[in-house]
Amino acid sequence: MGILFSFFAVVALIVVVFVGVQGANLHYLFGVIIPFAAFITFIVGIVYRVFRWGKVPVPFRIPTTGGQQTSFPWIKASRIDNPSSALGVAVRMALEVLLFRSLFRNMRSELRDGPKLSYASSKWLWLGGIAFHYTFLIILIRHMRLFFEPVPGIIKIAESLDGFFQVGAPVVYVTDVVFLGAVTFLFLRRVVIPQLRYISLAADYFPLFLIGGIGVTGVLMRYFFKTDVVGIKELTMGWITFSPVVPQGIHIIFYVHLFLVSSLLAYFPMSKLMHMAGVFLSPTRNLANTNRAELHVNPWNYPVKVHTYEEYEDDYREFMKSAGLPVEKE
Amino acid sequence: MAVQKPEELSKVVYTFPSTPWMDTPVEIKKGIFCWGNKEKSLKAVGFPNPRQWSVTDEDWKLPDNWKEIFIEGLRERVDKYRSFRLFLDICVRCGACADKCHFYIGGGDPKNMPVLRAELLRSIYRKYCTTSGKIMGKVAGARELTTSVIKELWYYAYQCTECRRCSLFCPYGIDTAEITILIRELVNLLGLNIEWIAGPVANCWKTGNHMGLLPHTIIDIVSEFKEAIYQVTGLKVDLSYNRKGAEILFVHPSGEYFDPNGNVTFMGYMMLFHEIGLDVTLSTYSSEGGNFGFFTSNEMAKRLHSKIYAEAKRLKVKWILGGECGHMWRVWHQYHNTWFGPVDYLEEPVSPITGTKFENAKSNKIVHITEFTADLIRHGKLNLDPKRNDKYVVTFHDSCNTSRAMGLFEEPRYIIKNVCNNFYEMPPQTIRENTFCCGSGSGLNASENMELRLRGALPRGNAVRHVRDKFGVNTLANICQIDRATLQTLVDYWAKGVAVRGVHELVGNALVMKGEKERTTDLRGDPLPGKEGE
Repeated sequence: MGILFSFFAVVALIVVVFVGVQGANLHYLFGVIIPFAAFITFIVGIVYRVFRWGKVPVPFRIPTTGGQQTSFPWIKASRIDNPSSALGVAVRMALEVLLFRSLFRNMRSELRDGPKLSYASSKWLWLGGIAFHYTFLIILIRHMRLFFEPVPGIIKIAESLDGFFQVGAPVVYVTDVVFLGAVTFLFLRRVVIPQLRYISLAADYFPLFLIGGIGVTGVLMRYFFKTDVVGIKELTMGWITFSPVVPQGIHIIFYVHLFLVSSLLAYFPMSKLMHMAGVFLSPTRNLANTNRAELHVNPWNYPVKVHTYEEYEDDYREFMKSAGLPVEKE
Repeated sequence: MAVQKPEELSKVVYTFPSTPWMDTPVEIKKGIFCWGNKEKSLKAVGFPNPRQWSVTDEDWKLPDNWKEIFIEGLRERVDKYRSFRLFLDICVRCGACADKCHFYIGGGDPKNMPVLRAELLRSIYRKYCTTSGKIMGKVAGARELTTSVIKELWYYAYQCTECRRCSLFCPYGIDTAEITILIRELVNLLGLNIEWIAGPVANCWKTGNHMGLLPHTIIDIVSEFKEAIYQVTGLKVDLSYNRKGAEILFVHPSGEYFDPNGNVTFMGYMMLFHEIGLDVTLSTYSSEGGNFGFFTSNEMAKRLHSKIYAEAKRLKVKWILGGECGHMWRVWHQYHNTWFGPVDYLEEPVSPITGTKFENAKSNKIVHITEFTADLIRHGKLNLDPKRNDKYVVTFHDSCNTSRAMGLFEEPRYIIKNVCNNFYEMPPQTIRENTFCCGSGSGLNASENMELRLRGALPRGNAVRHVRDKFGVNTLANICQIDRATLQTLVDYWAKGVAVRGVHELVGNALVMKGEKERTTDLRGDPLPGKEGE
């Protein structure tokens, strides 16, 4: 159900563009107003969500420790997987965010007759995740050329590296190929692996279809329909100078691409995609294991009802005396 | 209950119902669940909705406004715990955690995949706490809270041992223990617990320990230990209780007074303290380091553990030494200081024997016994004869809590390697931070759920059997009282011929004490190697 719903939701988004742009001629709406609204929703939404999380206290220091604690000088501590300093935490977080450290640990377990349970390293999800996120990032950086005039050197370098394996013209970007491959992989594993098929929700398929749709329309635009790049840049430069103009004659495929991107931006803050910001706040990763060495304060710590020693002694005084135990009151 | 043979039980079928999980009602199975709490256990500590009820009844006698209580409780907690709100929000269901759970590996119930166990609550959170869930309903992964859902939450919250193995592999560090802890808190608001937890909590509140041991009983038990030590060593070892002005208060899990494996570990502590002349006392009031309150609610955990510092203050000790226990150390290490700190009436712990400052415990003033003993050995303060443990071919089971909530890996290994000559590690995927739970942690060490426990112990049992067959391992050392009390049954099932032993039992065997007679037996009365004929 999740798959079909998500698929048709994305199809519906595309239909909306055809109706709106080709049918009703709403170029300004689809070229300016919706992208602006989506962008604002994206920024405000993310800020709101992060602020919302930030407002909730971290009552306890609960790092998941993945290595030896810091105890004695003669025992080598695992300074990154079980950090006891701010630097250790920073490195742990950097590895987590930039290299998906925890996912890199992934192993597969297999139960055979006997019983015999064996484990094997399983890095496919890590590889797929890395490929997906990094190509997405590079593609995003390449798109920045639409917002600069002249185009900064760094973007041009990214482009030329990306197009290193030149196959005909226009240059085929490696990232485009890897990106679409990675999205397909992430989708297929949800469909093929029974565990994943069982846990996947519409909220898992929808972003995949949406992002896949953005990738496909981007590729179509670049390699097949040869859209009017000069016109598009006129539009995008208009956005950032707050003097939007909608040039005539931009291919409908561009509007589809833009609308899907707008949908992604607007959807982002209310979806699981917020893991992008959330990972930074995860208390099992971003806290140092200094629990016994430094006090961690819980802002809502409150006094609780306790069973005092005096009450205990009152209950058992005779037993205590008979056992030769000292008591406070005779 | 007749349990199937290992070959049968381990034929786990990882299949999925044809209906989506939300449309598959919970089926509560015998052998998996624990008996519900008794009325008197809830009354003893003033918990909500005390009444007689039975898990197998259709009607669980929830309060009339159960739905309101649950949802209000949920809303309150997502505003109190960033971990909780974040973990409910950011899961992408990548599935990395699915086959990391011992209960899923050994049982195959899809709702025991950590991701799905958390989704059981996430779906409710979405429905009642998020706008998209309220509007979009099922499409957004939200579902209605019904009594059947309450039963499902209860059933699966007591099929998670809070071992945090999944949290190690999660790319966002989502910790299912955190989710389980809070689901248990929420169902407790409705009077839904298990007696195996609620009973010990009630005992602990009244008598200071889970076992319900009264002061004189503890003294009697310890005199039996003294006698047993005298038989083996010819030495009269003393141990004081409730003594004011001692330097150190020693607190340990009360199961060590009760369980045969724990008894011998405790004797190991006694011999060690005697040998080094430690100025230490114990307490009958603060007679429990473990905390089943932690398996109930944050507040109950704090209520039960307040006695430890209170007693340290009353007895005017300088610092606290803690015995071998798993969840006790989770609580002490990650919660204690925050609940009760700053603990400025105690002093920063220093070993009176070696002068070592325990820098890592300078704020909460509690030192782990394996840290203490490892430091003694490192400084050559103990005369050890590892040959006395030569009949033991040892492997070490890392307990979940001391591993993934502390990182206490080398200290116990250092001790074992100094008191035993034969030590072999289990495969790396099953030890240290990757360690597997015994399958009975977080208060699930009852007997009515034996099938669940056996299934949960499959990964650990399998690793033990591997080293048994490969290296001839016959001893599973550990530093957790729940391990000592439960693993023997589970290892007998999965890896027959391996005995479960506390680390300080091995220390007690190897410790050459001043003035002792020539030992002919170990602490269990079994002949030492080379002394079989005597």
